Amino acid sequence: MQLVTHQTGPGGQKVRRLLIEEGADIRNELYVGMVVDRVTQRACLMASSEGGMDIEEVAAHTPEKIHKVFIDPATGLKDAEASDVAKKIGIPDKAVPEAAKLLQNLYKCFDETDASLAEINPLILTNQDKVIALDSKLNFDDNALFRHPDIVAMRDLDEEDPLEIEASKYDLSYISLDGSIGCMVNGAGLAMATMDTIKLFGGEPANFLDVGGGATAEKVTAAFKIMLSNPKVKCILVNIFGGIMKCDTIAAGVVTAAREVKLSVPLVVRMKGTNEDLGKKILADSGLPIISGANMGDAGQKAVAAVKGGKS
Amino acid sequence: MSILINKNTKVVTQGITGKTGQFHTQTSRAYANGKNCYVAGVNPKKAGENFEGIPIFATVKDAKSKTGVNVSVIYVPPPFAAAAIWEAVEADLDLAICITEGIPVRDMVHLRERMRKEKRRTLVLGPNCPGVITPDEIKIGIMPGHIHLKGRVGVVSRSGTLTYEAVGQLTELGIGQSTAVGIGGDPVNGLKHIDVLKMFNDDPDTDAVIMIGEIGGSDEETAAQWVKANMKKPVVGFIAGVTAPPGKRMGHAGAIISGGKGTAQEKLAVMESCGIKVTKNPAEMGKLLKSALK
Repeated sequence: MQLVTHQTGPGGQKVRRLLIEEGADIRNELYVGMVVDRVTQRACLMASSEGGMDIEEVAAHTPEKIHKVFIDPATGLKDAEASDVAKKIGIPDKAVPEAAKLLQNLYKCFDETDASLAEINPLILTNQDKVIALDSKLNFDDNALFRHPDIVAMRDLDEEDPLEIEASKYDLSYISLDGSIGCMVNGAGLAMATMDTIKLFGGEPANFLDVGGGATAEKVTAAFKIMLSNPKVKCILVNIFGGIMKCDTIAAGVVTAAREVKLSVPLVVRMKGTNEDLGKKILADSGLPIISGANMGDAGQKAVAAVKGGKS
Repeated sequence: MSILINKNTKVVTQGITGKTGQFHTQTSRAYANGKNCYVAGVNPKKAGENFEGIPIFATVKDAKSKTGVNVSVIYVPPPFAAAAIWEAVEADLDLAICITEGIPVRDMVHLRERMRKEKRRTLVLGPNCPGVITPDEIKIGIMPGHIHLKGRVGVVSRSGTLTYEAVGQLTELGIGQSTAVGIGGDPVNGLKHIDVLKMFNDDPDTDAVIMIGEIGGSDEETAAQWVKANMKKPVVGFIAGVTAPPGKRMGHAGAIISGGKGTAQEKLAVMESCGIKVTKNPAEMGKLLKSALK
């Protein structure tokens, strides 16, 4: 069975496992969640009486129904804070101690697992005044996984994009998108800006790909193979600002990669920075039909034109 | 003048003996007044030794008392980097610049809380940033020095290579920079756009500022509101990630649209409404700044 929700993308995800829960005698559906708040730089508990639905909707239309506590990491969620929030979301007095304990444990879990999101939706109140976590979601900080081998062991590769998995083997930051222009860039900000440039001139990027600061010929080849295994790719745009990374190194990598994968789509390259002239010479001398972009805008325009030309 | 650092800054490198620390210490030392600025390194296991003549101390405190350093640059690996920042803060330096990418967010949350509680005065730049450069005076970090030109435009950005792109465009147009500051791409960091804009506003040698942001969080909006009420100099901007899909982390830990918040469109709209000229074409950041100078 294919499950489509707003978290799976339009293609949906194949359901491979089911969790069967005992039926619950639901009186109220509530929401509790935790994220790191960037402004206060603290973990933030969000709780609402409006559970079981999209919390973003609640935040947009009735923000007064979301109660927040910014948690001091030195003390954790205090008894009084937890009880207060529990009351505000409509937990009856009798069940407040139990609900407060649950909220404190949620923070403990969030903190100890290096979570970036810990959400219980819905948290239900039964007709017997019991609180039960009926569904939950946890996201974890990638940067902290080194200290959580138990969490890493739970990774289910079936749920991930195969190209993104392949890219992670080469330490490439890659995200599949729906367009036709594959792009390879050094640096996350420049990679996003390159995608934006493609869009600005009427094209659509096929991916986000940051080769990072220390790209080798091997990495560039891997990046080309990954981009090209997406059948939607009709053109490749390489945008490099050589700082620490030298343009000639990248150029040599691009030439090797283009030959090895027998590149059959147009390739637009824009190179700037350290050893720029050497890099351009390597590309020119290669005899490959590489289209050169004078700057980011020019390269974006040429890539979009190459795709449109291919269609007619 | 300039902001944050100048030719008289004395730098200690934490993680000077690692491969990255060594390489960038060499290039930074070779830039402008670097020879006089880079005076100490730290590695508790190699105290008493030196790296190409730069003495290595066991602690930042030691380095400070022996050499008078006031700024630290940190290349320590992610699991130990937050503790390294704290060491610089505890030694009461003026500024700790953390280049390291990949520090767990929780480590930064605990560090920032402790700094607030103890009312520490040390400024933190980064983590996950390229560093800061005052052209022709001093470079602290991993940016290529040669693309910069001394001048009167301030640059502040969350991204490394996109900063180089902006600087490169300015230099090509013959417009120099007073200081270029990379504040880093992590969700929990030290100096933010607003803090750096305040410094540029007060700097008599800065005439205008390019502010570069990206998706995620609301720092650009906060800074824009401040600009509207207080900034005496023209500010132009660019936000990366108009095409970024929601819910996906775009390379930087902090570059994510979550719950429909932190989109590039929203940031651009707020910036424009606050009188900041923006462009949607990253190839024209330099031109845009030039138009604002007239």
